Order: sequence, then structure tokens, then C-alpha cells
Amino acid sequence: MAKPMEQYKWHELNVGCVIDEPGNAREYKTGDWRSQKPVWNDSKCIKCGLCWLYCPDAAIYQIEDGFYRANLDYCKGCGICSKECKPGAIKMVEDIR
Amino acid sequence: MSIKKGIEVSIAASIAAKLARVEVIAAYPITPQTHIVEHLSELVANGELEAIYINVESEHSAMSACCGASAAGARTFTSTSAQGLELMHEILFIASGMRLPIVMATVNRALSSPLSIWGDHSDIMAARDTGWIMLFCENGQEVVDSIIMAFKIAEHRNVLLPVMVNLDGFSLSHVIEPIEFPSQKDVDSFLPPYKPLYSLHPDRPVTMGAYGMPEIYTEAKYAQEMALINSKDTIIGVMKEFGDKFGRHYKPVETHNTENTDFAFICLGSTNENIATAIDELKSYGKEAGLIKLRLFRPFPKDELLSALKDKKRIAVIERAMPAGAANGPLYNEIASLIYNNRLDITLENYIVGLGGRDVHPEYFIDIFDKKITFKTDKNYTVIGVRE
Repeated sequence: MAKPMEQYKWHELNVGCVIDEPGNAREYKTGDWRSQKPVWNDSKCIKCGLCWLYCPDAAIYQIEDGFYRANLDYCKGCGICSKECKPGAIKMVEDIR
Repeated sequence: MSIKKGIEVSIAASIAAKLARVEVIAAYPITPQTHIVEHLSELVANGELEAIYINVESEHSAMSACCGASAAGARTFTSTSAQGLELMHEILFIASGMRLPIVMATVNRALSSPLSIWGDHSDIMAARDTGWIMLFCENGQEVVDSIIMAFKIAEHRNVLLPVMVNLDGFSLSHVIEPIEFPSQKDVDSFLPPYKPLYSLHPDRPVTMGAYGMPEIYTEAKYAQEMALINSKDTIIGVMKEFGDKFGRHYKPVETHNTENTDFAFICLGSTNENIATAIDELKSYGKEAGLIKLRLFRPFPKDELLSALKDKKRIAVIERAMPAGAANGPLYNEIASLIYNNRLDITLENYIVGLGGRDVHPEYFIDIFDKKITFKTDKNYTVIGVRE
């Protein structure tokens, strides 16, 4: 989107609100929906990548040494990564902002 | 060269869809719509109509398949009645919100319960706020002409909205009338192939029907509302172009014998012919009554209606649907609002007739004119013929 959603006037919208820029959902930062955030214990992490695979928002990325982190602009704090992590390396903690 | 022949109106409606070169039809049979979709199915099966006919298991799926086909850029047609219209109800809003130019012939029928297959307007009145353009037809010729015009209106770049062509169940759908069919060549020149503004295609990915957050939903619905209200100009333009080309002229609001009288009936659909018969009989007694026919119901043609009724002193609004606990019938409410907003001094009366296929006799309208059918102002409406 060329500008933030709340600045659009009705006559500036595409007919039927069609989204003709594929992938523009990334411009909408959903991270402020979060009440908890995932915290990795890298000493338990086996770098299997299940957290990355299961994240419904594609908010988890791999850092240089092979461990994982969440992009907090998009992480909604759902906790699926923590639930799926076999060695129990991800803990959900209260996110006070 | 146009051809005139005696034909059942339902079959004529399917021939009109064929003349419009529909590309996808998704429909589920329901009385009294059945002959329309049966004949379209035959035309496709016989290779006379090059279209995809999708057999579905319900009207909810029929309208869903129509949305998909229209989103993919196909000229799309369907038809339903009564319970079928209610079953597709939620998808009707999706078709209009996504601005998909689907055309549907709605064969108006009473709603269950009690179970009834017969005609009235309870189905369409329950669907009147779905954001579709709604045309009403008085006779078979109007049905054929309206279906052809409906595609041109729906697909116009300034409109891009679905259109319902309403025809009364049995009293219009199943009667045989002399109907003039335009030639394929003339329809082709009037109605060129549909060129969608957006369509689902892997070469140019788009998202349709996405989530609308509170920050954008109001603007989205306002844009849709403006498109519906502003579609009236295009509808008038298409009606004029159709009249110039085919010689049959239509208007959003049409009048009959309204010039020399301060009394008028207002009604939708084929009941207008019964009222016109009554008006002719009244004329033979030296009495003058007028008729204001709403060809276009959505968008509500308030300017045209206002100029048709502003000089009247007494108006009887005739409806074929129960108010269901409302102050008055749905059509009356809108006309009362128009009259109030313009501070007109007109006595309004509201009569309910023809529920669930009950015969509508021209004598009713003569009795209304002569005030032999009582209208008490303490009762908001009178149900004609109810045994009390």
C-alpha cells in the first residue's frame, strides 16, 4: 500500500478492495496484537527448524549461527513455536511494552 | 432481424441468457425457476450454447460457484426462487461486495412456512439489502430485454455490481406470451464480450475479498454504496441505448395514465398489469386513476419517483409481502420516507395482496379507488381478502 490504511479515502480504494500488489500484507505489522513473546534457550536448541516451519505468520527467521529468532514486528505471540519445539527450547514470556 | 413468437416466459429468459452469450451457469433447480435452468442445461448439453454448466448441490454453492466464475472473468448467470434465494443469502453480499457482475433471474415466490411454491415478493424483500441492482419485470418482453440489459449494466466499468432481474413466479414465469427476440448479431453489437477490470489469473496475482480492518471497512462499504447509487446513471444510459437500438424504451420509473389524476397506485412486477386493467375499467366509468411502476428497485430511484408522485394527493402502495412486524410494507416505508423528506402533503395507503399465489383481481384496485376497501389510519396496512 502506498500509505497507511487509516489514511485511505473511500474513492482511493480499488474496486471491490482488490489487492493488486501481491505480498503487501507485510506492510501491516501485526506484532502489537501480542501479549507474550517467544524466548529461545540456544543451549537446548537442536536447530531442527520446526519453529520456523510451524510459525503461521512466517515471523521466525534463522540467524547466522543456525539458531532461530522471531521478528517481533509480525509475531502475534500465539505460542505454536513453543508448543511444537521438541527439546523445549522456546519459552513464552510476558511481553511488557 | 428480430423474431416474434409465442413462448413460455421461463424459456424466453433462458434464450435471453443465451443471446447474452453467458460463459458459466451454476444453478440448482427450484420451483418456479426450474424451466429457466432446465432449458439452459439443454442448450449447453446440445451444444447450442458454448458455456460451462456447473451442477451444484445447493443454492449456496450455486452462488459461490458464480462468484468464482465471475472473479475469473467469465460472464456468469444463475437463477433461483424463494428458499433458494435465502440459502444463497450470505453469498449475495459477497458477490456485491467483491463487485462481481453476475446476473440472476429471481423468480419471486413465497417463503416457507407454510410451504408454498406460489408467487409473492417475500423472497426478494428479504434480500433487498444485499447490495444488488434490482430490476422488476411486468411481462415476458421485459424479462428478455432486462436480462440482456442487465449484463451491460453489471459489467459497465462505472458499475461492476451484480444485477437481479425479478419476475413473478407462475403468473409471469409460466405464462406463454408473444415475445420479440433480437437477433444474435444485434445483441452482440449491443453487448460486447466481458472485459474484467481484475480477474484471477496466475500471470497477475490479486487477492479478492480480503479482510477489512475497522480502519478500512467503513470506507470500503461507502465506496460500494456510492457505486450502487451512482449506477443509476449507467442504468438510464443502458436503457436509452437499448431503446435506440431495439425500439423498446424503458425507464427506472414508468407511469400509466398519471397525467390527469391526483390518485396513483405504486407497485412492483406483474401485478402492474392487473392494476392497468383496473385503470382502464375505471376510465370506462369516467374515473381517472394513475399507475407508477417501479422498474428499478435498487438503487431506489428517488428523483424519478419524486417527479412521478409529487403532484398526487392520494397514493396506494400495493405490495406482495407481509411487513413481518415492521410499521408498514417495505415498499411503503421507502415511499413514506421520500414523501416525508420532501414535505409533500400526500395521503398514503398501504395494501398487501397476492400472498403465496392468492389471485389478485383487478376489482380490488377499483374498490381501493372507490374507497370500498376500507383503509383505517389506525391500522398501518390492509391485507386485502384476508378472512377475519
